[in-house]
Amino acid sequence: MPVKGWIEVNDLYCKGCELCITACPVDVIQLDYSRLTPKGYHPAMLKSDGCTGCGICAVICPDAAITVYREPKKAKVPTA
Amino acid sequence: MATLTTDPIQVYKRPVGLTEVHSHYCPGCTHGISHRLIAEVLDEMGLREKTIGVAPVGCSVFAYKYLNTDYVEAAHGRAPAMATGIKRVRPENIVYTYQGDGDLASIGMAEIMHAAGRGENITVIFINNAIYGMTGGQMAPTTLPGMKTTSSPKGRDVEMAGFPIKMSEILATMQGSSYIVRRSLHDPAYIRKSKKAIRKAFETQVRGMGFSLVELLSTCPTNWKVTPYEALQFVEDSMIPVFPLGDFKVHPEIAKLKV
Amino acid sequence: MTKKLLKGNHALAEAAVRAGCEGFFGYPITPSTEFLEYMSSRMPELGRAFVQAESEVAAINMVYGAACAGKRTMTASSSPGVSLMMEGLSYIAGTEVPAVLVNVMRGGPGLGNIAPSQGDYNQMVKGGGHGDYFPIVIAPASVQESIDYTMLAFDLADKYRTLVYVIVDGNIGQMMEPAEMPPMREIPTEAPDWAVTGAEGRDPIALSSIYIDPYDEEVTNLRLLKKKLEIEKNEVIFKEFFMEDAEIVIIGFGTAGRISLSAVREAREQGIKVGLIRPITLFPFPFERIAEAAEQAKSFLVVEMNTGMMLDDIQVAVKGKIPVEFYGRLGGVTPFPDEILSEINRINENPPTDPNLDARADWVKRLEKAIEGSN
Repeated sequence: MPVKGWIEVNDLYCKGCELCITACPVDVIQLDYSRLTPKGYHPAMLKSDGCTGCGICAVICPDAAITVYREPKKAKVPTA
Repeated sequence: MATLTTDPIQVYKRPVGLTEVHSHYCPGCTHGISHRLIAEVLDEMGLREKTIGVAPVGCSVFAYKYLNTDYVEAAHGRAPAMATGIKRVRPENIVYTYQGDGDLASIGMAEIMHAAGRGENITVIFINNAIYGMTGGQMAPTTLPGMKTTSSPKGRDVEMAGFPIKMSEILATMQGSSYIVRRSLHDPAYIRKSKKAIRKAFETQVRGMGFSLVELLSTCPTNWKVTPYEALQFVEDSMIPVFPLGDFKVHPEIAKLKV
Repeated sequence: MTKKLLKGNHALAEAAVRAGCEGFFGYPITPSTEFLEYMSSRMPELGRAFVQAESEVAAINMVYGAACAGKRTMTASSSPGVSLMMEGLSYIAGTEVPAVLVNVMRGGPGLGNIAPSQGDYNQMVKGGGHGDYFPIVIAPASVQESIDYTMLAFDLADKYRTLVYVIVDGNIGQMMEPAEMPPMREIPTEAPDWAVTGAEGRDPIALSSIYIDPYDEEVTNLRLLKKKLEIEKNEVIFKEFFMEDAEIVIIGFGTAGRISLSAVREAREQGIKVGLIRPITLFPFPFERIAEAAEQAKSFLVVEMNTGMMLDDIQVAVKGKIPVEFYGRLGGVTPFPDEILSEINRINENPPTDPNLDARADWVKRLEKAIEGSN
């Protein structure tokens, strides 16, 4: 099972420049054409499952708009 | 067997070193990346509350609004002189300038050369995007031969307008320089290398080892008249051949450093 | 304290040190160079900052940086060097940080010469750099005054967060006179709350002269103007001599004022009712005292080492009430006391009556004759 991750894009900062889209190694980001940020941009969003939380989108993002999360590995707890 | 879920791991979040302000930079402009890297490095080194930045004139004139440290705003090209004044009376502070190519390599040539010559214990982040952004895309001292700008509409003619100036190569010849490198912001792997370089530049200053400068090849999608992604490709295909990446001067003590 | 024989430039420099100057940034230029030389040994000896900059442009921007860092700081230069500093001075004014400039004026325009002059009056007093701002300008006339007013310059710079210019000419920079040096002041340990010191435990401070919204710039310009009005109310300094019954009043600053005093003393010995007003602050200008004197006197004689730059301000104060005459030497020529004495005699024998007299045109004829005669 690949690691499961996700991103949150902050509307205050995102300018829809698409650099995260071009950088994403698993091609799971697109612009959200259904809405605009307060500054009038279509912000980036996850378009499908498959994000691994690798953080490359955050590295290329010129506006530090992306927070990247990864689901922790499930810890096995011995049953009593 | 039961599973226990814990809180999600935050892989990346906006650094404290950046203010919570929407920047005026155009979409896709890599100024934002270099700002972020500086903020991350200062956060990681625990220097944010000791740092005084010196903003230039140019697109990054408002750098002081975005970086969460004390800041002053210099006259065009004079940031290294202003930084000198600050550092000499407050040697306990970390002082850095943030300068574009017009600021540093044209109008501020004297100030940058002499700051390096004196071995001034400051750090310089030099943004080279081969164009004047703020004034609307005029030829810069770093504009590539043949590159079209609003003041070289048929492309920079080296017969008339000379050749791009390679600041890192020049500054590496100064005895007062301890760390002079060129990096690029056109790709995530290169951005990571840029961050390491910025870290080493500040480490140079922390150790009192004299002048440090990181030249960052950057983009200007708006004035290059390309998309942000095409701009990154232009850096790779056209700028790097003229401005090769590399370490031009690294003090042995800094070379040893693992960051 | 006892008096010692001190050279003008050295005395100015030591006074700055004793006033608590923690950063000196300069560039060599005659006739102010001894200032820089003195600081090059004195400042490091005290553990304070000294940089011989690559240019006056860099020097003033180093001052700008040190001023933003909340330290007492200064530069010293001479006319062509000060012209180069105008950019930085305007930024310092716009950022409202305190800084002191000593200008040891020489003959100009252009490269001019290295002889004493007062030709920078307009540049110094009327701003010089771009934009609306009002530096305080102090013009000492002796080594002792240079010391005293350099100390004051730092205090006023801090008090109003403004530029203060101490302007002397090459005579005062180069002369040796007995003078008394005040004791060394203690350096404050706390930085002012507006200074950049690193945002430790507080919100970051940004110091800038940029107000991109014109309405913000307007508010800033208004604040600077109100500061100007406050300074005009509080900080006027001048000296006057033999004014009680003076019918002819000489007005001159710096060296011209000092030389005029010798002429006035001689004229008094001859029984001529002549007095002297010597403005010490050129901004704020002693308009009020000059206007008052115009009520009492029959005529004024303005003496300067320029083409009559302060003359314009005097005429504003006099408002055409009495005739104002002018005597100036130009281009680095210092007038002798007997030249001024003969002007006093001329006025005493043929008192001018026309309050609308064109002082400058009249004087040009006399000066041309004098230059011809001396050749």
